[in-house]
Amino acid sequence: MGDLFVLAISCIFINNILLAQFLGNCPFLGTSKKMETAMGMGMAVVFVLVMAGMITWIVDVYLLKAMNVEFLRTVSFILVIAALVQFVEMFLKKSIPGLYAGLGIFLPLITTNCAVMGVCLINIKEEYTFIEALVSSFAYAVGFGLALVLFAGVRERVILSRVPKPLQDTSIGLVTAGLIALIFTIFRGMV
Amino acid sequence: MAQSLVKEFTKGLWAEIPPFRLVLGLCPTLAVTKTVENGIGMGVATTFVLVFSNILISMLRNIIPSKVRIACYIVIIATFVTIVEFMMQAYTYELFLKLGIFIPLIVVNCIVLGRAEAFAGKNTVIPSAADGLGMGIGFTMSLAALGAVRELIGAGTLTVWGGSPIFEIGHGYIPFQFMVEAPGAFIGLGLMLCLMNLIGQK
Repeated sequence: MGDLFVLAISCIFINNILLAQFLGNCPFLGTSKKMETAMGMGMAVVFVLVMAGMITWIVDVYLLKAMNVEFLRTVSFILVIAALVQFVEMFLKKSIPGLYAGLGIFLPLITTNCAVMGVCLINIKEEYTFIEALVSSFAYAVGFGLALVLFAGVRERVILSRVPKPLQDTSIGLVTAGLIALIFTIFRGMV
Repeated sequence: MAQSLVKEFTKGLWAEIPPFRLVLGLCPTLAVTKTVENGIGMGVATTFVLVFSNILISMLRNIIPSKVRIACYIVIIATFVTIVEFMMQAYTYELFLKLGIFIPLIVVNCIVLGRAEAFAGKNTVIPSAADGLGMGIGFTMSLAALGAVRELIGAGTLTVWGGSPIFEIGHGYIPFQFMVEAPGAFIGLGLMLCLMNLIGQK
């Protein structure tokens, strides 16, 4: 139990998926201009990543490794993720329309979010057990949401300030992200 | 014909150079550019995937039904990524270890899918190959440039293919560790983007 807690903390803060591992940066810069969209994206990622983490783990252990076809990992993982996103979208549309309306356009975008694919690959590379893979998927997704929401909060203020012309938009966004990443480095001593 | 080909090729080198003009594919850009060598390696791998997936997709563009095109594109791209992964494992094992998880992640690099959707799906084979090659070389140049800046400031050296650096600032230089770590990647890219905007303004 203690190990799982340590794993969760290290996935959320120390190895933060956005700021320390550089995965999922396109949606990080794309959807962080407003707090609302950042929240939507964060929630969608938590939802999909936990499911993708579980399913790809099962696929890898019981299909790919059992049949000795690990070279199909990249192809099969991306297909699993794409199909999963599609299913989640259809399922939510039918049964939880409220959540579907909230997540809206962010769901299809997740297919090309490298954080999802990245975490699935990390789970396999680190040879996690099923429970560990589940915890790490959830914790990485929470870390993603946390960084995204923090960043959106800062960025809403940055938009209001006067930025020199060449630095505007993405450029200042990246510098801001760098400063937040700098803050996150202090968590390194935690575990 | 030849003129338009040159245009497709050169637009990836400056006018639409990724990831500066097209803000796509940021993850590998930020993650692997600790050194010039890694940047070039990643760029070449991405170029390979870009060119071949563009060629194959443009050949199949009339066969692929438009409703499932994204899924088809992803499978084609994933196939080429797997090929690259094995080639790198066989011939450049050290680089393969350094780039690690980011090689399979070329699949979800938005540049590759973006070019497939925006260009290869609508054009014939030769322009698509030129487009892929141009974008790939542009991406490689960007990665190499960012890698050079980060390595030079962060470690005080420049290393290309091999153990010993080809350039060293000198013994008095104290490396600015910050640049090779995570925050330096973001700030370095942000400032380079700013520089590009500044040059582009004139």
